[in-house]
Amino acid sequence: MNTNDTQTQPAAWHEIVQATLKANDVKLVVYVPDRVFTPLIKSLHADDWFTTFACTREEEALGIVSGAWMGGMRGAVLMQTSGFATIPNALASLVVPSQIPALIFVSERGTLGEFNLGQAMVCKTMRPVLDSLAVENITITRHDELEFIVDRSIKQAVATQAPVTFILSPLLTGGKVFSA
Amino acid sequence: MTVPHAHNAPRAGGAHNAKVMNRFELTKRLAGKLTREEAVIGGIGNTNFDLWSAGQRPQNFYMLGSMGLAIPIALGVAIAQPHRHVVALEGDGSLLMQLGCLATVAMRAPKNLTIVVWDNGIYQITGSQPTASASTADLVAIARGSGLAKSAWAADEEDFDRLFAAALAEGGPSLIAARIDDKPGVGATDRDPVQIRARFMQGLGVKRG
Repeated sequence: MNTNDTQTQPAAWHEIVQATLKANDVKLVVYVPDRVFTPLIKSLHADDWFTTFACTREEEALGIVSGAWMGGMRGAVLMQTSGFATIPNALASLVVPSQIPALIFVSERGTLGEFNLGQAMVCKTMRPVLDSLAVENITITRHDELEFIVDRSIKQAVATQAPVTFILSPLLTGGKVFSA
Repeated sequence: MTVPHAHNAPRAGGAHNAKVMNRFELTKRLAGKLTREEAVIGGIGNTNFDLWSAGQRPQNFYMLGSMGLAIPIALGVAIAQPHRHVVALEGDGSLLMQLGCLATVAMRAPKNLTIVVWDNGIYQITGSQPTASASTADLVAIARGSGLAKSAWAADEEDFDRLFAAALAEGGPSLIAARIDDKPGVGATDRDPVQIRARFMQGLGVKRG
C-alpha cells in the first residue's frame, strides 16, 4: 500500500508522447480525429510550440508531413486503425520510395474488445501491409516502455531516413470501450 | 459526350468563357516569373513532365506517385518555410481525387501558397477518359466554396500571367485554374525519387551536399 500522499501521479501516455515529440523537435502534428487520441490532440492544441491541425484524409496528412520534412520541419501524423487502410498508396508511392521519415501514430482499434467489425478487419491488414513495405512498426502495450520506444524510434527514423509506425495498443491507452 | 473532345466541351460555371490554352506553354510562362527561389511541387504525370521540361530547378519537386498529394505536399513546405513562396501544380483529375485538401489549405490560410490547376477535362495519361470538370464540376467554384476566396479562372495567357504575378506579390492562399488542351506532356521526368527528394531539399537549403 502506498502511503506517500505527496507522490505525484505518473505521466499519462499522451503526456509522454507529447514530451517525447517535443524533445525530438517534432513540431508539426497533423491528424484525422480519433476518440482515443483526443487527450493527446487536446494537449497538443494547448501548447503553442506545436503546429497541429486536423486534415480531411490520412493520406493528405502524410503528404503534408512529407512536404514539411523536405522543408526542414519534422512531422507526425495521428490516425485510427480504419484510417490506416487509406494510406498504403501514399506510403508505397511517396513516403517509402522518397525515403521520408514520417512518424505515424495509429490508435489501435479492432482488437481487445472491438465492437465494430470493420475496424476488426482493417486491424488484421495493418501489420502485414507495413511488413510487406518493410516499414518499421512497433506495437506499444506498456507504459514503462513508451518513452524509450518513441524516443529511440524517432531518432532511428531520422537517422535512417525511413518512416516508422507506432501502434498504440488498448493495453496502453485503454482503447475505446463498447458500452453494451 | 465524345471522349476525345472532352477538353473542349461546353463547361460549367466560370470555366465556360476561359480560353483553352497549353500546359507546357503556361508552365514555361510560370517558371519565367520565379525569381525568388520559390518552391514548385509538380503533380503526378504530365503536370510534372512539363515542369521538368520547362527547365529543371533545385526548388522543383516532381511527384511521381501519390496522385492527389501535390497540394498537401506544398502545404507542408509552406508551413515549414513561411518565408518562401510555394506553388502547387495539379491536374483536374488529381484535384478531384483529393478535394478535401482545398478546405485544409483555406483553414490554415498560408500566405505563401499558390495553387495552379491545369484543367483539360480528361484523365489524359490513362486514355483521356472525361473528368467531372469536363461537364458539371467547376473547380474554381469548388475552391471558393472550400474557403479559398482568391480563386479564379485564367481567361487567357495574359490573364494567367497577371493572376500568377498577383498571387506571388499579394500573398495567398490563391488558386488559379487554367483550361488546357489535350496535348501530352513534353518529355518525361527522370524517375529517381530519392534523387528528386534530395535535390529538392538542397534547393530549399535544408540538406547540404
